[in-house]
Amino acid sequence: MRAMRSMLYIPGNAPGMIQNAAVFGADLIMIDLEDAVALAEKDAARDIAAGFLRHYDFGDLPVVVRINGADTPFFEADLESIVPLQPFAIRLPKCQAPSDVLLADAKMMEIEEKAGLPAGSVPIHAMLESARGIEHAYAIATACPRVRALTLGGQDLTADLGIQKTREGWEFFYARSRVVMAAKAAGIDAFDTVWTDFNDPEGLFREAKQIVELGFTGKAAIHPSQVPIIHRAFRPDEREVRKAERILAAAEEAERQGRGVVAVDGKMVDAPIIARARHLISLAGLYGMEGGEER
Amino acid sequence: MNFVKNAAGRLVPTEVHGVGAFAPYRGALSRILEGNPSPSAFPKRKPEPPCRSKVAPSLKAAIEKSGLENGMTVSFHHHLRNGDKVIPLVLETLLQMGFRDLTFAPSSIPDSHDCVADYVRKGLIRRIWTSGARGEVGRMISRGEMGEMVIIRSHGGRARAIEEGSIQIDVAFLAAPACDALGNFTGCIGKSACGSLGYAITDARFARHVIAVTDNLVEYPLHPHVSVPQYLVNQVVVVDSLGDPAKIATGAARITRNPLDLKVAENAYRLLSASGILAPGCSFQVGAGGASLAVAAFVRDHMREKGIQGSFGLGGISGYMSQMLEEGLFRGLFDVQSFDSSVTGSMVRNRSHMEIDPSWYANPMNQGCLVHNLDVVILAALEVDTDFNVNVLTGNDGYLRGASGGHSDTAAGARVAIVVAPSFRGGVPTIKDRVQTIVTPGETVDAIATERGICINPRRADLWEAARKANLPIREITDLKKEVERFTGVPEPVELDTDRVVAVVEYRDGTLLDSIYRVRE
Repeated sequence: MRAMRSMLYIPGNAPGMIQNAAVFGADLIMIDLEDAVALAEKDAARDIAAGFLRHYDFGDLPVVVRINGADTPFFEADLESIVPLQPFAIRLPKCQAPSDVLLADAKMMEIEEKAGLPAGSVPIHAMLESARGIEHAYAIATACPRVRALTLGGQDLTADLGIQKTREGWEFFYARSRVVMAAKAAGIDAFDTVWTDFNDPEGLFREAKQIVELGFTGKAAIHPSQVPIIHRAFRPDEREVRKAERILAAAEEAERQGRGVVAVDGKMVDAPIIARARHLISLAGLYGMEGGEER
Repeated sequence: MNFVKNAAGRLVPTEVHGVGAFAPYRGALSRILEGNPSPSAFPKRKPEPPCRSKVAPSLKAAIEKSGLENGMTVSFHHHLRNGDKVIPLVLETLLQMGFRDLTFAPSSIPDSHDCVADYVRKGLIRRIWTSGARGEVGRMISRGEMGEMVIIRSHGGRARAIEEGSIQIDVAFLAAPACDALGNFTGCIGKSACGSLGYAITDARFARHVIAVTDNLVEYPLHPHVSVPQYLVNQVVVVDSLGDPAKIATGAARITRNPLDLKVAENAYRLLSASGILAPGCSFQVGAGGASLAVAAFVRDHMREKGIQGSFGLGGISGYMSQMLEEGLFRGLFDVQSFDSSVTGSMVRNRSHMEIDPSWYANPMNQGCLVHNLDVVILAALEVDTDFNVNVLTGNDGYLRGASGGHSDTAAGARVAIVVAPSFRGGVPTIKDRVQTIVTPGETVDAIATERGICINPRRADLWEAARKANLPIREITDLKKEVERFTGVPEPVELDTDRVVAVVEYRDGTLLDSIYRVRE
């Protein structure tokens, strides 16, 4: 399993930050050409991002690029210079309806063909940041096979709803649940929005814990200091891990003996429980928690 | 000039013109372990007749009375940092009085004193013996404008040189933020307060003539704290101002927010934590710079969380360290030099915050200096090499732009000496095959922490094993160097005139560690 707990935002026009992006331990990084970049810097940011994707060795760190929306004059140029470089994904902002994804998909098909890449090889992470987008979540998630994740854009959504973001974040409860549900139904990943106050690590931890419990794959970070906090929120409970180990051991034993049903700690264990245990163990692996020893 | 290769593999002169013969560096502790007595050089001083005031009518009158002659040695302390106006005032007065060919031997030269270069050019200063040089003074030296070699010493090394008589101070001009008419003075009080006056203490004790320069003549006796007692002071000069208080006592150093520096600091802290050295009774020194001070923040949290009380904090003391003292995380603080305004009052308020002289701090040849009791020191670097040698003196352009300070003293003394530095800065890699100038020999450096991992000196198998067990990001130094060079490239070597040594780096024990050459322009 590739860990995708944290996705660190880096402005596309900040080469000094991009070159060091790998050291902060984020599971993915996202080079931003959209909101973090001023209008006058758009072309520079695109060239810098493309330059890094072409020449810089990010090792095994996946790099997502957020392009500008179809309603801007930068949309096509962004796609044309980034798609041929095969980033881990293109993050497509302001998806309101399946047609937004299909528009990008068609354009990307052309670019892929011209570049000699297999059609549909560059994934889209579709960003839902309006009431309309949220309501179309499942349709967007299944608009085309290129869509591999839904992501929630909290900043624009509060504006669209005409509300203030609260520290507790309950106003996003429905939107978050909707995004996760649609993503799971479509068999793709779901990423949560950023916690903007990087001077409030406790607020971030509480929110990150909530989104872990809701079922998100990961959460965006706007500052390197947020990465370890998000990872801590994803850290499974020690006792749960030990229990999962016992479940898997019992399941293997049962399989060897040809038995279908097993009991662990006096409770019956079936296929979904075994699947959940497997997920937990692979997550525990990221924290070095396997084998009863903690580090 | 004759050169000899020393134990660090560097060519050093066997003699410094007009000063005498120097032995080459033989190893960090060689001279101490040889056990030969160190020469002692208490100066011959004239008694002052009984009086009720030593206040001189003017600086000029005080200089006349001091017996200063052309070619003699004058000293200053650098506790007023960039706010200091005493060094320029005294040098200008000396120039006006027609002095020439002096040896200028301050404990360090504040960055703001580009004027020192002019006093060299005008013939007032012939030799410079100090901790380092930056700005125009550094460029002037590196261009080869001085006729005589500069001698660069560590803080402990300077104290040793003074006590052994290698530096014979004829007149010490010591800025005194609070001083009484008989010459008791301190740095803890007054509008120009700077905290510890550590470096002034050694100079006052060993100079042939001591002039305290103050802008704050207090009623006798100075209280409640005296740094330098009246029996060491010949004259007191009152001036309008010692300098700019805003630059003397800068605001409290804050923990850096730079994520990269924090990553560097975190890696250093993780190594300390894994090594087990952060135990009750541990002692600790950090600099005030970005990543160094950030290590203190990690250590502070660690000590609080585990309920650990340390033995002592040492060094240049920042507000951060004095807060740790107030929280009870250390039993005592030894302060040779205060870094920021928040420390200034702490020594008066808190008897456990103690002012020390640089011999107590770091002189390797006395009967026990504090750096030899350090458990941990965190140090900065301009560049390091694959032998773990550290350069804090010359920049990537070859010019002198740094000071030795307590770097080599603390590295030699501490049980764990960690250098913290980002793996590259401004597109230039930090790890080189060979540093341009060695200030701290690799045999005294235990690890280098960068944002991309930790390099551990192969001499420290114990640290390596502890780091491995804790699953820390250990990197072979040559591997990390190669990784960084993949995106920075390998810098072209600086063009140096190796026939022309402009400065020598004296190791703390008085042997020569390295030579600094003229930069070809």
